[in-house]
Amino acid sequence: MDIPSLTIDQVREGLLARRFSAVELAREALSFAEARNPSTNAYLHFSPERAMAAAAHVDQKLARGEDPGPLAGVPIAVKDVILTKGVRTTCGSKLLAHYTPPYDATAVTRLEQAGGVVLGKTNCDEFAMGSSNENSAFGPVRNPLAPDRVPGGSSGGSAAAVAQGTAVLALGSDTGGSIRQPASFCGVVGVTPTYGRVSRYGLTAFASSLDHIGPLARTVRDAAVLLAAIAGRDPLDATSAEAPVPDYTHSLNGAVKGMKLGLPREYLRELKSETGDLIAKGIETLRRLGCEVRDISLPATDYAVACYYIIATAEASSNLARYDGVRYTFRSASSGTLTDMYRHTRGEGFGAECKRRIMLGTYVLSAGYYDAYYLKAQKVRALIARDFAQAFSEVDAIVAPVSPFPAFKLGEKIDDPLAMYLSDIYTITGDLAGIPCMSVPCGKTAEGLPVGMQILARHFDEPSMFRLAYAFERAGGAS
Amino acid sequence: MKITEKEVRYVADLANLSLSDGEVHRFQADLNEILGHIDRLNDIDTAGIEPMTQVVYEAGDTTTLRADRERPPLGTEAALANAAQAGAGYFKVPKVVER
Repeated sequence: MDIPSLTIDQVREGLLARRFSAVELAREALSFAEARNPSTNAYLHFSPERAMAAAAHVDQKLARGEDPGPLAGVPIAVKDVILTKGVRTTCGSKLLAHYTPPYDATAVTRLEQAGGVVLGKTNCDEFAMGSSNENSAFGPVRNPLAPDRVPGGSSGGSAAAVAQGTAVLALGSDTGGSIRQPASFCGVVGVTPTYGRVSRYGLTAFASSLDHIGPLARTVRDAAVLLAAIAGRDPLDATSAEAPVPDYTHSLNGAVKGMKLGLPREYLRELKSETGDLIAKGIETLRRLGCEVRDISLPATDYAVACYYIIATAEASSNLARYDGVRYTFRSASSGTLTDMYRHTRGEGFGAECKRRIMLGTYVLSAGYYDAYYLKAQKVRALIARDFAQAFSEVDAIVAPVSPFPAFKLGEKIDDPLAMYLSDIYTITGDLAGIPCMSVPCGKTAEGLPVGMQILARHFDEPSMFRLAYAFERAGGAS
Repeated sequence: MKITEKEVRYVADLANLSLSDGEVHRFQADLNEILGHIDRLNDIDTAGIEPMTQVVYEAGDTTTLRADRERPPLGTEAALANAAQAGAGYFKVPKVVER
């Protein structure tokens, strides 16, 4: 078996034909991942005991002639902001370097119920705050396609593991683009489902009105199968939606002729670059497939970054208040009074980007500023959502870039936080509106750097999004 | 300057963050730059727009609430397993009340 190029279907066929057992695959996948990991730092730690137990369970089911589940034996990486019972979960933070969760996230429970095998936990920006994975307390991740470049963030380790072949699938989380942007940078598929589609129980909260869990995979089909396995109502997450989960694989049939696609002019007008050229070529492919492509306008786009960085940081400042040196392992050694203990623990424990966002979020929520910032941002958010609703009365899906540029060099943008925030422009709008969106590989620059194409659809219309992505993937993207 | 050094220190206090002098100056500059960008929100008319407090989807007011039934709790031992300091079944913190 060729570990780095495995798909869900190949694993399934191999298991059913008894060419290998789930335990053999898990052992081989783990040793392959452990050997390759030093070149990228994609995994922070492995979970061999858990992986072998899950694989043994799959083998038992196969031996009894039972259905081993849609993800049977598939090696999966889990972003280290998603809780795994008994397996260290650090959130990329010094504060949680020794934190071992007492329960599993629902998404992890579900992927194991479906037969998935969790190999380990992947590196990320601290508390999922960043667009380059350089904000991890445990060192940056290197892009497997270009080791001097970032993998994107914040789910950089998950994207790098899938691209490098050290996992078949990965779970990431997305608050402002943290699944799609690294997927684009690493040349893999990354899906941010509709808000509420996947339970966030056990996802470390960053900005609760924006946080999502979603899949990363090497093919659209694999991403769709993983999403179906983890989606659906969860009584442990009041924001999870009741809507039934369709079989997404039914949409993977190439039937896109006559689909109406919108191109947001606000996204494309300033993109005079290699990325823009590749997106334009990708759009030509979609036309060739019989899609009707038309210009649309999302007029509130220019305000999206400002809106996002108020709402996301305000919610983060509140969510991160719990890391105070009492319940979550790390406590500063230099603590006098209780208040000193809180302050020193947080001052020493959080990295620069988390502190910056806590400061901004606390400021915009502080007395006298609430109406001018937070309330105003919530109103602008309503306008951004309205823009999409208007557009979706005319088109079935929206096609856009993911990032204004491909993977950049390590260290290139780390000293300019505003520039880093502004580069999130194409991805944060989908999170603000709560609609499903994904990155699917479009093509490569002359230097060989991957560029993803973004597809956005109506609330809970993942089927249309996957239908288009699958047809685009099969057509070879921008080629 | 939208935010003064004094305000940066005040906000750090609200957030229970001890910052070095270097961090205070760095964050003052960063916040001023970011708040400068955020100023553009003054240019968009939001009169009569209801704030979007949550992503809404078709569902009744209470359909997302789970049934109010007893469930076994996590238990003291598991809850305290990650405590910075624990003792006698409690989280321990520096003394706040003198005897």
